[in-house]
Amino acid sequence: MALVELRNVSKIYHLGGEEIRALDDVSLDIGAGEFISIIGPSGSGKSTLMHILGCLDKPSRGTMKLDGIAIEKASSAQLAHVRNQKIGFVFQFFNLLPKLNVLQNVELPMVYSGKNATERRDHAVEALKMVGLENRMKHRPMQLSGGQQQRVAIARALVNNPKIVFADEPTGNLDSKTGETILALFKQLSEEGRTIALVTHDDAIAARTPRRIEIRDGKIANFQNPVGQA
Amino acid sequence: MNHILNAFFIGFKEIWAHKFRSLLTMLGIILGVASLVGMSALVKGMENGMREALVAVGGLEKVRIEENDLPASQQHLADQAVGVTMADVYAIQRNADLIRSVTPEMRMRDALMTHGSKTYNSWYFAGTWPSALDMNQHVVQYGRMFNEVDDENARNVCVIGTAARDALFGSPDETGKEIIPIGEKVNIKGEVFTIIGMFEHYESEQDAKKRELAKLQPVTGNTNAPTRQKSMFGRKGGNSTSYIFTWKNSTIYIPLNTMWLKFRSAAGSNNIPDPRLSSLSVKVRDVNNLDPTIRQLRNVLMLTHHGIEDFAVQTQEDWADRINSAIRNARLSGGIISIISLLVGGIGIMNIMLASITERIREIGIRKAIGATYSDIFIQILVESVVIAIIGGAAGLVASMGLVGVLGVISAAENTPVITVSSLMLAFSFSAGVGVLAGLIPAFKAAKLDPIQALRYE
Ligand SMILES: Nc1ncnc2c1ncn2[C@@H]1O[C@H](COP(=O)(O)OP(=O)(O)OP(=O)(O)O)[C@@H](O)[C@H]1O
Ligand SMILES: [Mg+2]
Repeated sequence: MALVELRNVSKIYHLGGEEIRALDDVSLDIGAGEFISIIGPSGSGKSTLMHILGCLDKPSRGTMKLDGIAIEKASSAQLAHVRNQKIGFVFQFFNLLPKLNVLQNVELPMVYSGKNATERRDHAVEALKMVGLENRMKHRPMQLSGGQQQRVAIARALVNNPKIVFADEPTGNLDSKTGETILALFKQLSEEGRTIALVTHDDAIAARTPRRIEIRDGKIANFQNPVGQA
Repeated sequence: MNHILNAFFIGFKEIWAHKFRSLLTMLGIILGVASLVGMSALVKGMENGMREALVAVGGLEKVRIEENDLPASQQHLADQAVGVTMADVYAIQRNADLIRSVTPEMRMRDALMTHGSKTYNSWYFAGTWPSALDMNQHVVQYGRMFNEVDDENARNVCVIGTAARDALFGSPDETGKEIIPIGEKVNIKGEVFTIIGMFEHYESEQDAKKRELAKLQPVTGNTNAPTRQKSMFGRKGGNSTSYIFTWKNSTIYIPLNTMWLKFRSAAGSNNIPDPRLSSLSVKVRDVNNLDPTIRQLRNVLMLTHHGIEDFAVQTQEDWADRINSAIRNARLSGGIISIISLLVGGIGIMNIMLASITERIREIGIRKAIGATYSDIFIQILVESVVIAIIGGAAGLVASMGLVGVLGVISAAENTPVITVSSLMLAFSFSAGVGVLAGLIPAFKAAKLDPIQALRYE
């Protein structure tokens, strides 16, 4: 059984009587340990797919399982728990809390999993070491470069040791050189055995991942066997 | 538990991050709490003053019997009405076993007292029995009260209050020392009386405290602050009860028989001495048994008065009731005003919390994306609101101390406001409650934000 199982998932928005199918009958499996990229033009539904995969949103139709849990049936409290325990999310715009320092930002997911202060600190420091920022712990996000901020965000995504890390255009807001280091970091994490799915509209980035899925108008466009390993 | 603690921590930080805004918001609660505590302190002070006065005039167990107009149905018997006389006193002593003691009183209005060139006209010059001491809660501080022997022999002796001493011999404030005129002779309407006793100076507890304080910190210059004067005229008027103490201090007692023989017997119309007493006071055995006692008293008196109801029985219960209802009203109106100002403070908090969550929509989205549940966010916002309210509440308690201090300076001495612990606790829990109420709607709005919408928000 795959770690993530998407079956006939649609996401439909209604705008003034018009029906927008942001996702249209998508089926997709992601196995444990995979490193995949999802690529497609703007407005094709990449973020929508990412939000559903990341349990931030529920599908309008179809089913999804993550680590055996039926997401479409889960309550919002259960979804929050899944996001907290099984998923790490990395955003294009970093989404760190500006009022907290680096360490506190990385500790935040553990605040909601009820870990005590020393545990939180130990894990956060460990995660920051993984991304090479253990010497920036007391800095505010605003005092860091974009690449450093994104590395903090990655540390935050990893800190609860999730089953899978989703990244929505993690390099989209960075120059190409910095983007390269972030990508290298993902590659390294993948080699350490983590499951990673990232969204991009940059072919060069997509080409670097072992598996790549193309999406167009809410449908999976390459039929490179989306269900089951390539 | 850990969650809540953490939420408190976040709440404090959030408030600290917006110090000025938070302070302005708290101001509403601070004022509300201060007014609640202040109001209740004022009411408490008023209550204390009234209760002290009630005790000073003999307490609830004292009942007065006075002459009264006949009821309409008995108007034709008016010429047979004899008024309250010694016959009543003896009848009560003999037959009313629910009465502990009886004190007759015969007063005279124009009892001008002279000593040398100084004169004093007492408001309260009365011939009575030695038991008047206990009846009216008098304390003889110097000399002695007259006794049965003085009364039987109708001796010209008197026991005076400090007001007579102040007028005839000089007050401590003027002379700088306490003059004790025991043994001095005074003239009352041509009769020479010896002062054999003097009561203590009666004043409210608050007055006494202030006087002690004034003594400890002598006023600069030689202006011997007329602190007693203040209590004399009840500095700010209003519903001042200080007249009770003024009235008590002006009391002059002489033996009943002296009054009767030296002043009354010669004063009746047609040369027939007027045997009527001015009033008759009794002490009941058991205040909790007041109604049956009054009934027995009436029965006994009706018998001696041959069924003619030319007397009235006056308990101090009415007074006590009036005190209670005045206090209830003051408490109610003060409470309503304070609650309203606390609610206004609460609306201020709600307003600022709504503004705050609008500013923090993105933050809330991030928190939700990394695993905060509905209740995590709800508690965070609610706790923040409560933290503002309880900090405001605590500051309000401090402010109320100052407020009550100011009120104490401007209110009548015997009504000096008193802060009660229960009012502090009430005000503080109210402010916390207001914080909870004010936080509910913002917390609900924040908690139900959709994470994706919130993350898109700019
Ligand atoms: N809340 C919404 N209401 C209505 N339509 C929406 C909503 N969210 C997304 N859409 C529509 O769904 C489609 C897919 O949007 P999505 O954000 O997933 O695209 P994307 O592939 O991430 O694009 P980009 O590369 O620009 O980020 C778009 O046509 C968008 O207009
Ligand atoms: Mg997108």
